[in-house]
Amino acid sequence: MFRPRLTRRGLGVLTAALLATSALTAPAMAQTPPGVLVVGQIAEPQALDPHAVTAVNDFRILMNVYDGLVRYAPGTLEVEPALATAWEISDDGLVYDFTLREGVTFHDGTAFDAEAVVWNFERMLDEDHPMHEATGPFPLSFFFSAVQVVEALDTHTVRFTLNEPFAPFLSNLAYPTGLIVSPAAVAEHGADFGRNPSGTGPFQFAEWRSNERVVVTRNENYWDGTAASEAVIFRPITDANTRVAEMLSGGIDVMVEVPPVALGQFDDPGFSIVEQAGPHVWFLILNMREGPFTDQRVRQAANYAINKEALVNDVLEGTATVAAGPTPPAFAWAHNEELDPYPYDPDRARELLAEAGVESPAITFYVTEGGSGMLDPVPMGTAMQADLAAVGFDVTIETYEWNTFLGRVNPGLEGRADMAQMAWMTNDPDTLPFLTLRTEAFPEDGGFNSGYYSNAVVDDLLERARISTDQDERAELYREMQEIVQEDAPWVFVANWVQNAVHSDRVENFTLEPSFFLLLRDVAKN
Amino acid sequence: MGAYILKRLLSAIPVLFGITVIVFLIMAMIPGDPATAILGSYATPENVERLNRHLGLDRPLWQQYFIWIGNLLQGDFGRSFALNRPVLDEILDRFGATLILAGTAFVLCALLGILAGVVSAARQYGLADKAITFVVILGISIPSFFLGMMMILLFAVQLRWLPASGMYSIWGGGDLPDLLRHLVMPAFALSVVATGVIARLSRSAMLEVLRQDFIRTARAKGVHERRVIWGHALRMAMVSIIPVLGIQAGFVLSGAVYIEMVFQWPGVGRMLVDAILKRDILLVQGGVVFVAACYVGFNIIVDVAQAWLDPRIKT
Repeated sequence: MFRPRLTRRGLGVLTAALLATSALTAPAMAQTPPGVLVVGQIAEPQALDPHAVTAVNDFRILMNVYDGLVRYAPGTLEVEPALATAWEISDDGLVYDFTLREGVTFHDGTAFDAEAVVWNFERMLDEDHPMHEATGPFPLSFFFSAVQVVEALDTHTVRFTLNEPFAPFLSNLAYPTGLIVSPAAVAEHGADFGRNPSGTGPFQFAEWRSNERVVVTRNENYWDGTAASEAVIFRPITDANTRVAEMLSGGIDVMVEVPPVALGQFDDPGFSIVEQAGPHVWFLILNMREGPFTDQRVRQAANYAINKEALVNDVLEGTATVAAGPTPPAFAWAHNEELDPYPYDPDRARELLAEAGVESPAITFYVTEGGSGMLDPVPMGTAMQADLAAVGFDVTIETYEWNTFLGRVNPGLEGRADMAQMAWMTNDPDTLPFLTLRTEAFPEDGGFNSGYYSNAVVDDLLERARISTDQDERAELYREMQEIVQEDAPWVFVANWVQNAVHSDRVENFTLEPSFFLLLRDVAKN
Repeated sequence: MGAYILKRLLSAIPVLFGITVIVFLIMAMIPGDPATAILGSYATPENVERLNRHLGLDRPLWQQYFIWIGNLLQGDFGRSFALNRPVLDEILDRFGATLILAGTAFVLCALLGILAGVVSAARQYGLADKAITFVVILGISIPSFFLGMMMILLFAVQLRWLPASGMYSIWGGGDLPDLLRHLVMPAFALSVVATGVIARLSRSAMLEVLRQDFIRTARAKGVHERRVIWGHALRMAMVSIIPVLGIQAGFVLSGAVYIEMVFQWPGVGRMLVDAILKRDILLVQGGVVFVAACYVGFNIIVDVAQAWLDPRIKT
């Protein structure tokens, strides 16, 4: 039977135990050694197979373990040679011949050659490939759906033949979906390759302890100069407050996606905040098939009514800039610099509503609780509701969890809502307008034009920009498209996300790229 | 006795079967599907359909259910598509972490709660009672996740005595002292509310016992007061304290979800939250069935133990 007795001896044992516990805490925190960089990630990676994943969080690791045929030049979204040293494009834009870099080996020791490249794309695109079913699915393989055939002309030349001219092809090759994996490693590990990755990158995979860390170590034979750090540890910390606390207490050296409200805590000489605008647009889709937004004046009124400066400065604490049109400034070559954002002008909004003959239009507004690239959607939605109400709109908010939200918005807003939040992050100026602003991209045709915007001139401009292989010509077409779309106002153009990161003063050479990838080769830690 | 155990085991089968049906239906009915969760912005109907076909989600629901249950009966929980590893490996890894956290918290709250309750009762309305009651009410009233965040701010950020999160150090470590340093804060934060509840109920259970005749008799015959309290009275009070401990054990286990989020403890609660957000169907289903099976098993053990202690229950 139970016989509780607290004797003096018992008390002594308890005290000793307590003392032992405090002794354990005494040596404080073991600081990570120099040369080992600890990066706080926002989640556990899904897999380290670049063709199988879709999340920016996973890309941050992958870009350091693998190389693609091409990559974005530092600080830009323009492609430069990587595993391919040069390429030629046929005049009709259908045939791409890549010359591959010689003497490169995968981390598992096998050689990188034309056969390996062919194998990579066949695994992704050919449903009969022996590894397609076994190691898939490959959700973003449609990035290369224009590829008809990939063939090795000799050991170090690869030819891609497309079934139609597709200007974003090179840019898509620079995306993580275009990274090259070791065929031998996939054959060896099969379905577990995602946990045993092997590429050609500056770091090679060392260890993955579930929910604790992914460790990569320096590739001593890297073709483009060895990395400055001996190893990088990626730590998944899903809770933003805990991530901030780890950063403040020295548990991590670098932290990405700092919540806007927490930025103030790093206003200290021990930390540096790094910022970089990216290829991101945050906008409101307006339903142009029914309801008040069928009238262009009402759509423009919404653009004038919302105080975007206040949103980016007060709600987002400066972690975004005001968007002028559908193409973010990060695509420097394609962005129309002459376009100014709709100013905050409630009087003009009221005038336009009066002209349109609707004094207080009632609208249903879809807001999400959170989601990829959505920043702070609920406070943003509430602030917008107030701004719109101030000029006469009668706004009803409906809030949905992200997956549910996508399930309601992507099939089109007809019969459901007049306005919905949305954000996109892309790697080529083609992607977003092509998928969301063309007549042929209506949801019933498999696109994302959930607001049913249709303008024949815009359709034509986008078709031509996609086919042209001349970047200057494409830029011209995109600039014209932006002007028209801004005037038509199928969206309320709200913000471009400025990505941020914080690192401690032990870290050197840390930069953020406009692609939002994290490139750690030159980052050192003392 | 053997027949009773067998009867209890057999009665668990329909319960577990019902759970598989319920969790399967819930996952089938909630809006949003795994393909949309994976594809995010790129979820065109065409891409979603292609991915669903790859994941086997294009089959009729009843077929999906029977394939799943058939595999489950053979011990195959399937593969998590969000984590790219077998569901069972993930569950076992995570469940171990939760047991360490919840187990420690439970021992803490049982010891501290009973201790506080007994001292309170023995010094009813005295200074010790008032002080303990004040602290206990405060403990019950503070949400555990808030307390956890405050502890991180104080002990990890300000004082730098303890690591802010995780189960092991990110570099080196991995041994028992390392685990204990990471365990102190989350286990304490998790135990506070349960400690308070146990302390309050122990106090009233003790007060009731202390009013009974045999206590007066014991005191009258000159038994030492310490022995009256810790020997006679507490032993009697334990009869009503033990069921409370059982309820609080369940409470601690479910409360671990919040604490695991705050302290990034790699436990099963955090796993389920992440899996639900990603619509990782097999991981959610497998996780729920596994946890449910553990609860059912625990209940059978308790029932059998009670039946062994008190044969009247068997009827």
